[in-house]
Amino acid sequence: MQTLLRTPLYERHVALGARLVPFAGWEMPVQYEGVIPEHRAVRTDAGVFDVSHMGELEVDGSHARELLQAALSNDLDRIGPGQAQYTLLTNEQGGIVDDLIVYEREPERFLLIVNASNREPDFEWLRDREGPGAEVRDVSDDYALLAVQGPKALERLGLPGAPAFTFAGGQIDGIDCVVNRTGYTGEEGVELLVPAGRAGELWDRILERGVVPCGLGARDTLRLEVCYPLHGNDIGPETDAISAGLGWVCALDKEFTGAEELRRIKEAGPQRKLVAFVMEESGIPRQGMTIAEGGEVTSGSHSPMLEVGIGLGYVPAELAQPGSELTIDVRGRSRRARVVKKPIYSREET
Amino acid sequence: MAAAESYPDDLRYHPEHDWARLEDGEAVFGITWFAQDALGELVHFEPPEEGATLTKDQSYAEVESVKAVSDVIAPLSGEVLEVNGAVVNAPETVNEDPYGAGWLVRVRLTDPGEVDSLLDLEAYKQVLADQ
Repeated sequence: MQTLLRTPLYERHVALGARLVPFAGWEMPVQYEGVIPEHRAVRTDAGVFDVSHMGELEVDGSHARELLQAALSNDLDRIGPGQAQYTLLTNEQGGIVDDLIVYEREPERFLLIVNASNREPDFEWLRDREGPGAEVRDVSDDYALLAVQGPKALERLGLPGAPAFTFAGGQIDGIDCVVNRTGYTGEEGVELLVPAGRAGELWDRILERGVVPCGLGARDTLRLEVCYPLHGNDIGPETDAISAGLGWVCALDKEFTGAEELRRIKEAGPQRKLVAFVMEESGIPRQGMTIAEGGEVTSGSHSPMLEVGIGLGYVPAELAQPGSELTIDVRGRSRRARVVKKPIYSREET
Repeated sequence: MAAAESYPDDLRYHPEHDWARLEDGEAVFGITWFAQDALGELVHFEPPEEGATLTKDQSYAEVESVKAVSDVIAPLSGEVLEVNGAVVNAPETVNEDPYGAGWLVRVRLTDPGEVDSLLDLEAYKQVLADQ
């Protein structure tokens, strides 16, 4: 039996009556009051998520940029200090070792915020390639990460607006943190990187400001409504970035691990594509269900905003156009679904 | 709003957290407060067809929350006379009123003798205590 790790906020989750579940080796809150009210709080007001299980890797040194340019799919030369970028760590086959956000602190100092379950593989992957002039450190235990998301997130935190994918040092009620203008919900908001020792205090201040505590359950339904892929479900080492619809974060005009294979796939056209779909009959799609036309569901849930079953899945490329009809095998029952344009949910359309 | 925890003493219980209300060779089935609480807010009820034959201890329907799907076990054998359309249309009715408006099906019992194997309130409370 493996011991589960706990974030610095564990006691607070217990005190709030959270339902705790094992996730990527951590004991994490899946919900407090309930997935649906937490989801709606983020869509209409503001919610806070403890995402301290995510990993933080520092890559520093005169060759840090070179190392990352060779390992990551996106082009770091498109950003400068104070800017962040969504990118992929790819393998030789163009498969996705991880998806992550890289923060350029200074021209020779970078921070990578990575998926909890990939913290060690990512670290090993980069360490194996570090060479002189580039040092990779796993600093995950030094930090907690709190995501505050929703249309009223900035107002509730007393923060000014700033462009997405930028970051800067800031303070919330006198607590120093790094304010990242990033998130995983499709809403405006921030992710606050704070020394682990101040995390409890920061969490308390955020709740006092009327922000609703939200668990990983709502985080999953929020990201699914806006079609952000989840590593381990929708993307992974066996799925390539082009088929996954992540060609936009692959700078194929530079060299990086797997670039050649990705160029080949793009040139030939992927045989299958990751699409978003909405159920047209009752039933909730779930990960692993078969799509009769070929392929399978990689993420599925009930959409709290649309109140219908929604999902992501790989289908033959010829069925990837919005409007295509799919048949999902919902535990032995054939249920109709339709491919839709991503994102599945956006406020303008409701 | 979710209901407060309760277990009426006029029902018979199945250890898989189902209840049966017996009435003249017929019975109404549902899931207990414990079952709906464990699932969270229900968002889908996949009912059996009216006329379907249910076998005691076998799954006859599914209930789903955002995160989980669960089989619903028949506490007794019977034929489905009626499915609660209110729950099909608004599954959260089960969370709000698991023993009243949130009933799932009404059945004609095919083996009324099976009733003796169900749990009374005290025995079911022991099942809950052992969870």
